[in-house]
Amino acid sequence: MLEVSALAAARGDRVLFASLDFSVPAGGLLQVTGRNGTGKTTLLRVLARLARPEAGVARWKGTLVDELGDEYFADLCYLGHAPAIKDDLTARENLAISAGIAGVTVDAAAIDAALAEVGLIGREMLPGRVLSQGQRRRVALAQLYLGSRKLWLLDEPLAALDTEAADAFIARLGQHLHGGGVAVVATHHAIEPAAPATLHQLRLGSAR
Amino acid sequence: MGSDTIFPLSAWEPPVNLNWCLTPITVLRRDLLLTLRRPAELMTTLFFFIIVVSLFPLGIGPQPELLREIAPGVLWVAALLASLLALPRLFAADHADGTLEQLALAPQPLSLIVFAKLVAHWLTTGLPLTLLAPLIALQFDLPASTIWVLVVSLALGTPILGAIGAVGAALTLGLRGGGVLTAVLVLPLYIPALIFGAGAVEATLGGLDAEGHLSLLAALTVFTLTFAPWAAAAAVRISLD
Repeated sequence: MLEVSALAAARGDRVLFASLDFSVPAGGLLQVTGRNGTGKTTLLRVLARLARPEAGVARWKGTLVDELGDEYFADLCYLGHAPAIKDDLTARENLAISAGIAGVTVDAAAIDAALAEVGLIGREMLPGRVLSQGQRRRVALAQLYLGSRKLWLLDEPLAALDTEAADAFIARLGQHLHGGGVAVVATHHAIEPAAPATLHQLRLGSAR
Repeated sequence: MGSDTIFPLSAWEPPVNLNWCLTPITVLRRDLLLTLRRPAELMTTLFFFIIVVSLFPLGIGPQPELLREIAPGVLWVAALLASLLALPRLFAADHADGTLEQLALAPQPLSLIVFAKLVAHWLTTGLPLTLLAPLIALQFDLPASTIWVLVVSLALGTPILGAIGAVGAALTLGLRGGGVLTAVLVLPLYIPALIFGAGAVEATLGGLDAEGHLSLLAALTVFTLTFAPWAAAAAVRISLD
């Protein structure tokens, strides 16, 4: 599903990675590890087309990502470091708006179901400013469960989550892969969802 | 939670059957909702406009002739500075909390989303300024016909200020001292709008027809609204990279 060939990226003068090749089939999970500053976030941003690579191309379902354009974005869900939660909006409004921005059609019941899944039911009317870091992260993760986007690009999804929530998320990730989804996850934690089709590990910066 | 009981949209819930797949509509509604939840930012802009304009009659004293003469320029420059003050609202908060990345990843053209943001921004900045202008113009002893032209010129001109400003605001995202830099970038580009806008009011004041000025201003509005969202979208992408 997702193929990358000869990908290279740099931050200023420093080359983070070069001639990176990998392919993740449907149901596959690619876990990106590596020390701080080795380019995990940059790799995800390049895959999400937020950053330009120095060289190389990415293909999604066999077509160049650059040619797919909005079709690629419709399949994509990227969660970065910042959870994109507005302090003045409630958890429910935040989630509804995230879905709307991503072009996912949802109803109120689906929103509540997603919030229930991340354990925020009963807190759905709290404004973002009173949510803890972990709860903000949960709201951000909840948007993964809306719609049926095939490609998850997750940057440290477990940051600030408690063990229970982390386990629940990993189980949900397993379901996503089981349904033929693809995930690229940058994380320091070991993620072992139940029997993904393929589990790859990519260690960045190991040459140094 | 205090704000929830004050504003009419507090009962706002995700509308079940509305077309949520249209990202720009979501963004427009969200920006309006955010302004309603935090009206202080909007009020700051309006208060700035009112106070800057009011300082001139107070400083100059009761000289109706002189006041009438400077009124078009003063009102327009004040509106221009007030718009400038509101520019950081456009992208800075979204940039800080990661929403801007999600907007860039939406399966809709970013320029369309920027346009939606511009509409929301105009409704919460340009439109209130335009509606306030006739009231505070009374301090300058302007005749009714001139006030009417002033309103039309501001209605046509404030979208230009927002749209050009959006390009500047997007280019300076994440930079230290971005606000001042935006002003330096954007103010020279405001000059045509200022000339035609204030010119229209001045022409009516001198007993001339303002139509020529207003037509040029309208043309400038159409031109800016066509190209600025596209340029601002490109600038946002550059800032995110």
